Amino acid sequence: MNSIKNQEPTSETIRLEARFQNYVDGENKVEPKDWMPGAYRKTLIRQISQHAHSEVVGMLPEANWIGRAPSLRRKVALLAKVQDEAGHGLYLYSAAETLGVDRRELLEELLAGKAKYSSIFNYPTPSWADMGAIGWLVDGAAIANQVMLCRTSYGPYARAMVKICKEESFHQRQGYEIMLYLSKGTPAQKAMAQDALNRWWWPSLMMFGPNDAESPNSAQSMRWKIKRKSNDELRQEFIDKTVPQAEFLGLSIPDPELRWNEARGHYDFGPINWEEFKQVVAGNGPCNRERLEARRKADEEGRWVREAANAYAQKQAQRRAQTSEVA
Amino acid sequence: MEFSPDLRTQHLLHLADNALILGQRLSEWCGHGPVLEQDIAIINTALDQIGQARMLYQHAGKGMNPALDEDQLAFFRTENQFLNFTMLELPNGDWAQTLVRQFFFDTYNYLQYERLTESSDPALRAIAGKALKEIGYHAQFSAEWVIRMGDGTEESHKRAQDAVDRLWPYTGEFFESDGFSAEAAVRRAAPLPSDLQPHWEEKVDAVLVEAGLKKPVLQWFQTGGRKGQHTEHMGYILAELQFLPRLHPEAQW
Amino acid sequence: MEAHNDNWKIWEVFIRSKNGLSHKHVGSLHAPDAEMAIKNARDVYTRRSEGISIWVVPSESITSSAPDEKDELFAPADDKVYRHPTFYDIPDEVGHI
Ligand SMILES: [Fe+2]
Ligand SMILES: [Fe+2]
Repeated sequence: MNSIKNQEPTSETIRLEARFQNYVDGENKVEPKDWMPGAYRKTLIRQISQHAHSEVVGMLPEANWIGRAPSLRRKVALLAKVQDEAGHGLYLYSAAETLGVDRRELLEELLAGKAKYSSIFNYPTPSWADMGAIGWLVDGAAIANQVMLCRTSYGPYARAMVKICKEESFHQRQGYEIMLYLSKGTPAQKAMAQDALNRWWWPSLMMFGPNDAESPNSAQSMRWKIKRKSNDELRQEFIDKTVPQAEFLGLSIPDPELRWNEARGHYDFGPINWEEFKQVVAGNGPCNRERLEARRKADEEGRWVREAANAYAQKQAQRRAQTSEVA
Repeated sequence: MEFSPDLRTQHLLHLADNALILGQRLSEWCGHGPVLEQDIAIINTALDQIGQARMLYQHAGKGMNPALDEDQLAFFRTENQFLNFTMLELPNGDWAQTLVRQFFFDTYNYLQYERLTESSDPALRAIAGKALKEIGYHAQFSAEWVIRMGDGTEESHKRAQDAVDRLWPYTGEFFESDGFSAEAAVRRAAPLPSDLQPHWEEKVDAVLVEAGLKKPVLQWFQTGGRKGQHTEHMGYILAELQFLPRLHPEAQW
Repeated sequence: MEAHNDNWKIWEVFIRSKNGLSHKHVGSLHAPDAEMAIKNARDVYTRRSEGISIWVVPSESITSSAPDEKDELFAPADDKVYRHPTFYDIPDEVGHI
């Protein structure tokens, strides 16, 4: 954004930006080769790549339990779910690439610890019930955000989101079903479910980002229709939808201030610990290091594989060229 | 668990255990693959394997007295009741070891399942019909990777050759033809494993040649899997796979 | 840093969801060659049996109309409203045409 600000806007840029805003205001989609303000492009690259990183890093806490899933049905469901997240990461990197960046550059930023990803994935998954809580709450929160993004103004991002939302529908159900079995199960299982809800509730609410007043980039993103709803709106929607689901499970949400407010038509809830949020985002969460190390290890150990495939492809292309010369 | 399955059941469990243990191993790649596209691809193979295991356990369990379900068979048997090939329980190692193992096994498995589609056991025939398409794809995928690695860079060639040398001694187990395999062949439920060997060698030779990899001359093979005798690694796999249901044997998940 | 040749090139993926429909662009992916691009496309874009036929094209091989030409290329078609079925008034009694 700064590079744009530093330039003296020419009258031509001002005219184009006004036309762009007008175009977006008319609910039109922006496509890769269309003219767009530099800051719009930059914001999108940042947001889409963070989103992609979140999908990929987000595989790790759940992949942790694939080997230990307690039934074969749960095992295949979880495996398919985590595989979908890899697909989501891929769709999103592809969408970012339409803006003129390469996946490799984005990945390097992640591996260097310079890029952000959803801080929720820096929390540990010590229990099987965490697979339930993640599917139910974390995918639930992600879906709220992603449904909104299906109408985002950048075409490739919106299309990736439509595909992702279709696939997400089973993720949340998968998680909720795990919670259902645990909460209707043995006392030990029920305790497992409650413990997971206790640990995941607040981090899930933090997934929507800082309060609107503290979120400086939000207003511009809303103007460009990259975002269509504010952080606080989405958070409230999520809480309103989730509280009855917790009641159905017979689990209690770890917030003594949570109660229905008839006048607002919404649940009131207690204060979020934003200091914790800031610390986890800054790298001080329980698993930040492990998560990045796992990604780095996969990338480094995969390099010779990627190189081998390229080398082979080049040899094959040369051989084909030679045989066609002879022929 | 009191457990003394007849030969017919042992044969089905052998097929199922191969699929489950390999699927369990492959799923360890999830989130750790060399590139996103291959992460997704290898998980597809893992999903296919575990899917096959489920169908086979269900079929095997139904015929037992008392009948057992897929989870009882997967989570409550002990190590020496598992009848999978020992190759499949070996750690994944690097991408070369995973894909060379996959190539050796897929090639065998394809030949085997081709014949299982003509099994005298109708349920097994139906399972094989579905599985064969999946295995055909796996076999192509792993063969292509073996060629790509063998004929890729110096490093990939070295790693692929190392994987071939390391895994070769475990291929002999594929073709052991006594016990439940002999019985299944007599019933015409399955091919005699030794009958598959010439085709397997032919296919493996062709791919190794194209990959520029040397076939080991070694003719001394490891054994044991079909009889429930496993490597040191098997216990760890089962510890991970089974611990939760065994900790809460009365629970539903 | 040493230079690595480990970046796979980008391919655009087109999928025919069933016979009778044309191939439709679904997204992109990375692959070293066409064979793997096809396989990757199958694994990435048809995990829920979304397709029966796949095309992959190296992204660099696609020539695109320049955005600045957009008005000239597409504007003329905008006033050929007679190309659109809704241009014609058909009485409701006729039923669906
Ligand atoms: Fe996702
Ligand atoms: Fe998800």
